[in-house]
Amino acid sequence: MDLGLTEEQEMLKKAAHDFLSKECPKKLVRELDAGDQGYSPELWKKMANLGWMGLAYPEKYGGNGGSFLDLAILVDEMGYNIVPGPFFSTVVLSGLTILEAGNEEQKKEFLGKIAGGNLIMTLALTELDGTYTAASIKTAATVKDGKYMLNGTKLFVADANVADYILVVARTNAHVKPEKGLTIFLVDTRSPGIKTTVLKTLARDKLCEVVFENVIVPKANIVGQLDRGWPIIEITLKKAAVAKCAEMVGGAQASLDMAVSYSKERIQFGRPIGSFQAIQHYCANMVTDVDGSRFITYKAAWTVSENLPCDMEASMAKAFVSDAFKRVAGLAHQIFGAIGFTMDHDMHLYFRRAKSGELAYGDVDYHRNIIATQLGL
Amino acid sequence: MNFRFSEKEEAFRQEVRDWLAHEVPPRWHEIDASLWEETDESWIISREFQRKLAKRGWLAPAYPTEYGGANMGHIKRLILAEELAYHFAPVGIETEMAVNWVGMALLHFGDEKQKRDLVPKIAQGETVFCIGYSEPNTGSDLASLQTSAVEKGDEYVINGQKIWCSFAHYADYCWLAARTDNQVPKHQGISIFIVDMKTPGITVRPLINILDRHSFNEVYFDDVHIPKENLVGIKNQGWYQVAMALDYERSNIQTAAGSRKLLDILIDFVKTTERNGKFLSEDPIIRNELAAMATEIEVARMICYRIAWMYSKGLHSNYESSMGMLFASESLRRLADLGLRILGPYGLLDQDSKWAVARGRIMRTCLTALSIGVGGGTNEIQRNIIAMRGLGLPRK
Repeated sequence: MDLGLTEEQEMLKKAAHDFLSKECPKKLVRELDAGDQGYSPELWKKMANLGWMGLAYPEKYGGNGGSFLDLAILVDEMGYNIVPGPFFSTVVLSGLTILEAGNEEQKKEFLGKIAGGNLIMTLALTELDGTYTAASIKTAATVKDGKYMLNGTKLFVADANVADYILVVARTNAHVKPEKGLTIFLVDTRSPGIKTTVLKTLARDKLCEVVFENVIVPKANIVGQLDRGWPIIEITLKKAAVAKCAEMVGGAQASLDMAVSYSKERIQFGRPIGSFQAIQHYCANMVTDVDGSRFITYKAAWTVSENLPCDMEASMAKAFVSDAFKRVAGLAHQIFGAIGFTMDHDMHLYFRRAKSGELAYGDVDYHRNIIATQLGL
Repeated sequence: MNFRFSEKEEAFRQEVRDWLAHEVPPRWHEIDASLWEETDESWIISREFQRKLAKRGWLAPAYPTEYGGANMGHIKRLILAEELAYHFAPVGIETEMAVNWVGMALLHFGDEKQKRDLVPKIAQGETVFCIGYSEPNTGSDLASLQTSAVEKGDEYVINGQKIWCSFAHYADYCWLAARTDNQVPKHQGISIFIVDMKTPGITVRPLINILDRHSFNEVYFDDVHIPKENLVGIKNQGWYQVAMALDYERSNIQTAAGSRKLLDILIDFVKTTERNGKFLSEDPIIRNELAAMATEIEVARMICYRIAWMYSKGLHSNYESSMGMLFASESLRRLADLGLRILGPYGLLDQDSKWAVARGRIMRTCLTALSIGVGGGTNEIQRNIIAMRGLGLPRK
């Protein structure tokens, strides 16, 4: 048992921390949040040059051969600093799905381009009922002239507004159990019939409605096998949940650090508010949540890295961190008082992400249900 | 990072489990006396069991072998502590006090004679200590203690009153903190003594705890003369010695491990109990709450694992022990509360009722848990430590 990072991982963490605090200041975060695109192509290129996009992909596909745990360390730092943009959609949701299920040609082409910073992708999964269930997927892919034709509406698709390709989960067989008739398609966003609308959200991330109307997709663009898409998506969802936890751990740590340094500086009644037990105990609760979140998340990330069954670990992480980040951000707001209730202050950037992260890739109840099943209930 | 125990460590865990399966007497599980439920019978069983543990070097595994320990590494000790607690083995707070508080402090601060005379006996489970820290007016503010030890010839004369002294009625010695200088700031005038409980002038009076059992006592010292050589370490340095001894590696895994066992009892119950034609395990609310509890216990476990891991790397814990105690104790309270709700009215039945579930253990844990998070430093004190030592928040 070793609960520490390796020397290389410490270096990665520090390099990411230093780079992001310099290259992605909160001024940029605010601009990107407010803008239409939601990402900075310059920053994107720089991150690619650092090898971040391909960090967890094998070298033969243009990656750096790192592990999922390495990726979690990086995403943790991205959550600490806040890095708006399609990194998560491209690298985690899409790249890892292709790595899991794509054929050699797809892996070479798509992972190579992602690693080079030359391709933005996302995953179009959820539909009108907003759940992560196979039965909720109604978007249909029907065969037409030896190709597939997609029709349907996907909702809450992150970064579809800037994506070059979208992995679309569509129903290819309506006459079997819901999870047995789904297929994953690589869809070029330049294809005719795709209409993307950015939705206005709490976290001001770029979640989109994507409407597919008679969109033609070649058969070669199936990822994995026909009708066998759902088990792949389940794996992706687990990894996405753990990676989201890592991002939230970073955000929680940042919220704590901000609140603690403010508590040491802010003077009321002639003394720093951090000397009052009420504030001290808030901070003690926060660091306990942050440390607990980090361990349960890294245990899950390690389990994924080791290719061990990770249902229990991933769900425990997501169930815990979703609540914990919210508690931490809430207490940080309480410590900041009125100043935290302004757009000028940074705290709301984290609070918004705590709320959106909570619901991403399964909320607390969704994951507790999985845990219960794993416990034999 | 690596969350896996080595093969050797896993084999050790199995060895402990196998040994426990054979060596814990069946009668122990029948009487089911957990923390603060000691009786004369349970006391005898646990003393006997601890001597068996000692024969394997497992009672004081951290001690050097020449003092009767096993010189065991931190991770194996973590495993041992976890297994003993999970299996509700007859190892109580008296072991924690004698082995980890007294013996460890003696190894650090005791003179050669004290070490030679007492440490091996502690490691063999032969000697029982009670702790004389708290006083009626001295709880969280431990340094304010007033019991005095005055030098007189080649003796110290002790006067005062101690309270919450667990097992003073069985103890051979008291590990006493007393004031030896009242002209200096309160932390700088405290010394530690070993007091033979048979010394004239000592009166032990029982205090009946919330479980209606006699586990702790008031101890009165009325002109108690003890030899000078019973001072431990340096005069007036007692506060710092106590603080260091308390800091000595304590993973506090016991609470989390015991919680996991209780959770498993509840899981068994909901899987085998039907209400309205359905197993409780199918009830979405029960599923949700048990899953939340399992998650919390796992987090508690990781927070406690960290402490042992830090020491195994030669690092010293700072606020981490406090965090372990804080998180695990609050989890246990929530677990006991949830358990009672799940069991319904059956949960209220004590162990001698024919309708009792799990021998009334959940209901009694609701009471026991009130003390976890108070004894050994309240959760408020733990939060102070986390905030000031861990996060550097100012005292003033």
